This record gives sequence, C-alpha cells and structure tokens, in this order.
Amino acid sequence: MDVRKFIDWIKHTLLWLGTVGITLLGLATITFFISRIVPIDPVLSIVGEKAPPEVYDRVFLELGLDQPLYQQFFNYVLGILRGDFGTSFVTNRPVLEDLISFFPATFELATLGLIIGVITGVSAGVVAAVWHDKWPDHIVRIVGLIGYSIPIFWLALIALLIFYAKLDWVGGPGQLDISYEDIVEPVTGMILIDSLLAGETEVFYNALSHIALPSILLGYYSLAYISRMTRSVMLEQLSQEYILTARVKGLSEWRIVIFHALRNAAIPLVTIIALSYGGLLEGSVLIETVFAWPGLGNYIASSLLSADMNAVMGGTLLVGAVFVMLNMLTELLYKILDPRAV
Amino acid sequence: MNKAKELDTPLQSLGQARRAQLLKFWHRFKRNKLGLLGLGISITLVLLAIFAPLLATHDPYEPALYERLTAPGAEFWLGSDELGRDIYTRILYGTRLTLFIVLLVILTSAPIGLLIGASSGFFGGWVDKVLMRITDIFLSIPKLMLALAFVAALGPGIVNAAIAITLTAWPPYARLARAETLAIRKSDYISAIRLAGASRFRIIFRHIVPMCMSSVIVRMTFDMAGIILIAAGLGFIGLGAQPPLPEWGAMISVGRKFIFDQWWVAAMPGIAIFVVSLGFNLLGDALRDLLDPHLRNR
Repeated sequence: MDVRKFIDWIKHTLLWLGTVGITLLGLATITFFISRIVPIDPVLSIVGEKAPPEVYDRVFLELGLDQPLYQQFFNYVLGILRGDFGTSFVTNRPVLEDLISFFPATFELATLGLIIGVITGVSAGVVAAVWHDKWPDHIVRIVGLIGYSIPIFWLALIALLIFYAKLDWVGGPGQLDISYEDIVEPVTGMILIDSLLAGETEVFYNALSHIALPSILLGYYSLAYISRMTRSVMLEQLSQEYILTARVKGLSEWRIVIFHALRNAAIPLVTIIALSYGGLLEGSVLIETVFAWPGLGNYIASSLLSADMNAVMGGTLLVGAVFVMLNMLTELLYKILDPRAV
Repeated sequence: MNKAKELDTPLQSLGQARRAQLLKFWHRFKRNKLGLLGLGISITLVLLAIFAPLLATHDPYEPALYERLTAPGAEFWLGSDELGRDIYTRILYGTRLTLFIVLLVILTSAPIGLLIGASSGFFGGWVDKVLMRITDIFLSIPKLMLALAFVAALGPGIVNAAIAITLTAWPPYARLARAETLAIRKSDYISAIRLAGASRFRIIFRHIVPMCMSSVIVRMTFDMAGIILIAAGLGFIGLGAQPPLPEWGAMISVGRKFIFDQWWVAAMPGIAIFVVSLGFNLLGDALRDLLDPHLRNR
C-alpha cells in the first residue's frame, strides 16, 4: 500500500516537473521568436554602423546566425540552461549579471508591497464578508474597484506630488538620498537589510522613507485583488454548516470568523496571494519607472527604449519563470495543505 | 371588413420574444445604480469620440508657445501642456485613440480565443492538449511583460501596441470557451444536431460559440478596463502611441517632467483613464451579476 502511494507520488512529481519544463520551454520559444522578428540587426548593434565587412562577418558567424533556425533555437535554449542570456548592448555586461544585480531591489519592493497588500487585503475581505451587503462591504468594494481601475503609474506620480513635493512626508525617487548613498556595502542588494546588517540606522530610516510610498502603492495594487478574493472565499466558508454548528455551540462571532472560517479559507488564500505576487512583479515595471527604483522593472523598461533585445528577453524570461514557478509551487502547496486534494 | 389578424410568422415571434427578453433584461439592469453609472460613462465615451471636433475648444495639435503650461482657467479649461496645446481638447481627441485600441483588441482577441477554446473542448484528445498547453504558456507570463516584449519586437506605435495586447489577451477567452464547450458538448441537443448531419464547424460556430457568448461578454467588459490600463502603461513607458498623438498614457509620460510645478499636465489625462476604466469595470460588474449569477460573489 505504502509502496503504491510512493510510486504515485513519484509519478505526480515527474508529471509536475514535466509540465514546468514544457511551460518554461514554451516561454523560451516565445522570447526566441520575438527576438528573431525584431527589425533590429543584432550584429550591427554590437559592431556599430561603421564596422568593416570583415568584422561584421566575424560577429555574424560568432552569433551563429548562419545556422538553420532550429539549430539557433537549440543553441539559445542550451545557452539559457547554462545561464547565458547573451550580452546587454547598453551595459556591455552579460545579461544574467545585470539581472542578478537588479533583482534584489525589485524583490525587496515587491515583497514589502505584498506584505502590506496581504495584511490590508485579507482584513478588508474578512470585514466585507462579515458585514455582507452592509456599508463596510460597499466601502471595501469601492476601494477595490478604484484599485482595479486606476492607472498605477499615474497614482504614483500624484502620490509623489502630494506626499513628497507638497507635504514632504516621504523620500523622493530612488532608494536613498544622495548624501546617504554608498555608505552601506551591498551584501544582499536589499537596502533595508544591508543597512541593518551594517548597523547604519540612519541609512535604514532614510531607505524606509524612500521605499514607503512605492511599496504602499504596490500594496494597494494587490489589495484590490486580495480583498475581493478573500471576501468571496470567506462568504463561501461562512455559509457552510460547520459555522452553523459553531454558532449553535454558542461560540462568539469573532471566534467563529477568525478560528473557524478564516482558518479554512487559508488554503485558497495561499493561491490568491501567490498569484498576486506575480502581479506585483508586473506592477513593479511601471512603479519602478516612476520612482527611478534601481530594480528589474526599471532595467527592462530602459532596455526596451534602447532596443536592447537580449536584456529585454532575459528580463521577460526571468519574470515569466518566477511567475511559472510561483504557480506550480502553489499547486504543490495546495496538495500538501488540503488533504482532500489528490 | 376588417382583415382578421394574421398569426405572426415564426421569425416574427422569435423577434418579439427577443425584444421582450431584452426589455426584461433592461428592467433588471436598471436596478443596479452603479451599473447604470458604468453604462453612462461608456456611452459618454463613445459620444465624446464621435463629436470631438464639435466639443473641442482648440486644435489638438497646433502649438501655441506663448501659452505653454498655462494653469486651468477660462481659456484652457484643464490647462495647457508644454507646447501650449489645450489639454481638454487633447483628452477629448484621445477618446478616439482609446476606443480604437480597445475595439481593435477586443474584436480580434475574443474571436481568436473563442475559436481556439471551442475547438479545444470540442475535439478533445491531442488537439485539446496542445492548444491548452500553448494557452497556459501565454497565461503564465504577466500580461504587461508579454505585451512589452511584443511591442519591443514590433516597434512602438498605436497599432503595434494593439497587436501586442491582442497577443496577450486571447488566452482567458480560450479557457472560458473550452470550459463552456466541455459542459455542453455531451448535451442532448448537440447530439441531435449532429444526428441531423451538421458538420463539425457548423456545430462549433452556430451552436457552441453562441452558448459561450454571455460569459464572453462579461469577460470582454472587464477586459476593456484592463486593455485601457495596459495601453496607457505602454504609452507611458514610451512604446505605445507616439507624440504628437493625444494618447492619454503618452500625455502623462510628457507631463511627468512637470509634475511638481505644473501638475495638471499629467493629472488630467490620468483622471480620464481612471474614469473610463472605472466605467467599464462597473458595467462589467453589473453584467456579471445578471448574466453569470453563479459568479456573483467572486
């Protein structure tokens, strides 16, 4: 019996890995074909307009552009597997190095945003479900609708205008004031953690004043989705019979909501939160552009404008891969957390 | 003598039944105040786009350098931009671009998605597996990222932006159509049609696709809000509509330079985006409550 279970588990895991592999391969196919249809000559962007024909031909061969398309695709995938995403034309460094150096700033911002979004979103959703169709529900619904409808980059600009320029409550664009830059040695690349590790509390508070606005905005961006989904999951739980049982037993209302309904809602909430994390990576492209945040989103946006295709495709692959992994991990987590799922 | 009232032909009664249905639908819709607001915003958008030249107070493209960056007032209702152009007029003309992108994307992505999804569900087997895997791959990348990558390849511009958004917008329709098709594929009426000798394509187009329509319409309305935001985002980054086109996202991008001193340049187009997007979201909410009652609490 146990052996059979074990074999089943192996089978499922292999199937899962296969699905992840195929999806990632598909992702690479898309980026490969996108970078092939670009009307930009990759050779010219390396050697420049005035290069002599010999140089041009040499680079042409080095890039393997003489080979048939399937061979090029094969090389491309092999390169990715080795961590070779090509060289960025702008920074003149391997794209992977760039991605690694820009990722921590985005990770820090998006994670902080998610924490804010989860705390406010889940509480708002619970409140909306408990007071279903009463005024708290309507307020949560309207706040969420506004979040769905507002262009986040515009909200970011307006927030900068009000809270930075007019009220001076928070730091401006960038991670730190200029006078605080280069004090802390980068260890993790995340400025809040690095400054704490170095014991520089002043730098930490300055960094906090800079990250506050963009992370709150990202938090609001995910609040819209999280509160709506939490509300619907909680409504479903609150209509179950075990809630009635708990009420008959005479438990207090908040005990029923927190310890019974919310606990059972936790499993679907995990999926929702993971999905909104992927959404935050997306939102960070626009937020980082507005706040001049030295992260992945800013890197991708500026590479786009200079038509640096290797960098763009590398960034797209990375974000896509993170998104795929998040999806797959939640599916796995779901199976572990929910004993009913097979 | 009076001619006896003839019985309606079947086609006429069908038309009457449809009109009655529509009227009933409208009566139910009317009860949702927010939905009415959404409908009102959407209709206003269309009217503004049609009558833009009549309602405009200035020329949307003609620079007036002496009047650059004027604050909102009697001459420039919503202020003027860095070339002295009237922002109100430009927003007004921008409704045309917004509608153009939204309609182009919706009218291409929904049929593509429907066709892929319905075929996937109807044929099953390896067709289903391959199509759904492709759909999942497209779904696995955040929409804006994928649109950015496509625009990078196609080059900036309003049509390219619309194509790029289309390429990212079809998968949800495919998923939806597949689910609906799977649910009705085995139903008796499809078997009856098949027995009557209808071809597979006839079954898909005439009998399965129409059944998916109500969920598709709901989805489309929500999508319009999302498309507006993505198109504006592309314009903001500088990859969507190019200056001097009065696209709202691109206008915000220009106004960004003056945000601390001449805030209206960036603020006004953003309000326009927000209002329109909110309108479609409200309309979508109301339609979903009516057409998709089982989704009500989502």
